[in-house]
Amino acid sequence: MSEARKTWMSLLAKAPPKALGQLWDDTGLAPDFTWLRAPEIGSTMVQGRMGGTGAPFNLGEMTVTRCALRLTDGGTVGHAYVQGRDKTHARIAALIDALMQTALADRLQAEVLDPLATAMDERRRTRAAKAAATKVDFFTMVRGED
Amino acid sequence: MYVAVKGGERAIDAAHDWLAEQRRGDTTVPELDVAQIREQMTLAVNRVMAEGSLYDPDLAALAIKQARGDLIEAIFLIRAYRTTLPRFGTSRPLDTGAMDCMRRISATFKDAPGGQVLGPTFDYTHRLLDFKLAADGEDGASASAAVEPPETAPARVPHITGFLGRDGLIEQEPASDEAPPDLTRTPLELPTTRALRLQALARGDEGFLLGLAYSTQRGYARNHAFVGELRIGTVPVEMEIPELGFTVELGEITLTECETVNQFTGSKTEPAQFTRGYGLSFGQTERKAIAVALVDRALRWRELGEDDQGAPAQDEEFVLSHADNIQATGFLEHIKLPHYVDFQSELELVRKLRRQATQATETEAAQ
Repeated sequence: MSEARKTWMSLLAKAPPKALGQLWDDTGLAPDFTWLRAPEIGSTMVQGRMGGTGAPFNLGEMTVTRCALRLTDGGTVGHAYVQGRDKTHARIAALIDALMQTALADRLQAEVLDPLATAMDERRRTRAAKAAATKVDFFTMVRGED
Repeated sequence: MYVAVKGGERAIDAAHDWLAEQRRGDTTVPELDVAQIREQMTLAVNRVMAEGSLYDPDLAALAIKQARGDLIEAIFLIRAYRTTLPRFGTSRPLDTGAMDCMRRISATFKDAPGGQVLGPTFDYTHRLLDFKLAADGEDGASASAAVEPPETAPARVPHITGFLGRDGLIEQEPASDEAPPDLTRTPLELPTTRALRLQALARGDEGFLLGLAYSTQRGYARNHAFVGELRIGTVPVEMEIPELGFTVELGEITLTECETVNQFTGSKTEPAQFTRGYGLSFGQTERKAIAVALVDRALRWRELGEDDQGAPAQDEEFVLSHADNIQATGFLEHIKLPHYVDFQSELELVRKLRRQATQATETEAAQ
């Protein structure tokens, strides 16, 4: 359960807020809920590792918005922690997190999560292609000593 | 010493009104919006995020607009905003080996496994002004949009230092999960640790670090750095959610990482090995990341058993106390604020000294 939930929560957090909002609106779902924690903007300290693989150090912070809610129907709890300061993004992510634990899971997987994953994959592959187009082979020249 | 003053409220209000007017400039020219700055002034946005020590491109763009393009003023705004945020937690240490690279080059290996990927770089441009950009209309920016995406997702790109490490040719980074010190929570204390130095350097002023790094290249604590690898790309940020008991990815950030390969250490008992410098910075900020790596390496002289050459880049107190441009500008610029009382006492002192000197001369002449 937690592995699958981790996957969808991560996907919802990384989704562009506009695309997520559109897909959510298209489902026509608008469940009643109560806030357990209204959307709140804060930060996360991001750590790196020395030399990429060594001991951790604090690199700097990033903005994060979090919230938690309970569905009125059934009482399922949804959480969201998403990068940035978009409270609507956090609310929709928490609602989908809650609904993914209900009978609506398959529908949301097909109508929201799968399209988000496909779009994300497409963006990655497009960027990889652009990077590949700038791949070079350097030739060392023989110096003309004689 | 600065002494509090009262008054001037109307003058200050008028000054701020004029500032707003100057910020807007000629009203017949369309106003910049924050999204335009975020998308088209990205390297300025990246610098403000890196030195503001807060990753949020929208906020950095807003700060640049508000600061009329003064990046240190913008960084100041971001630092001030940051202090108002509750901290939700700390991420898992980033795995830069899993970076989705848009740029990845090595100056040490021509045939680096994973390839030399130039990415969107100024390198190899002719540094000639492009007057097409000054003309109205499209500048051909969408020309590269027609690239066909490959079938499969990009593979993990290995770190160059990993190859050297496999043969024992470069020092190993000791694996550890020890919680690092945090400069934003506890003030700088000397001597420091490498973890604290890397945090301070990541927030440090690019210009200051560039100058220091350059000084090491010119011979002030020379350690001959090669850029073993420079990579720029996105990495997911993962954090444990206490109320859930597992980690989730919160988002993705763009980073620049520079690993330098430097001259050797070694002894009778240990064979010669390359040493390392490391720089990691928010955004596409490669001058900064390279500078951090060079200064990081210079500051490691003690742990690597090198001589203190008395070079500025080796002196951690000098480097870390002066790298922060907000601290520096705060102290520098405060001297323009009213110091009337202070100055009055100095004026009094100078007058007294002159009086005494005049009296002494008069007495001498009378004798």
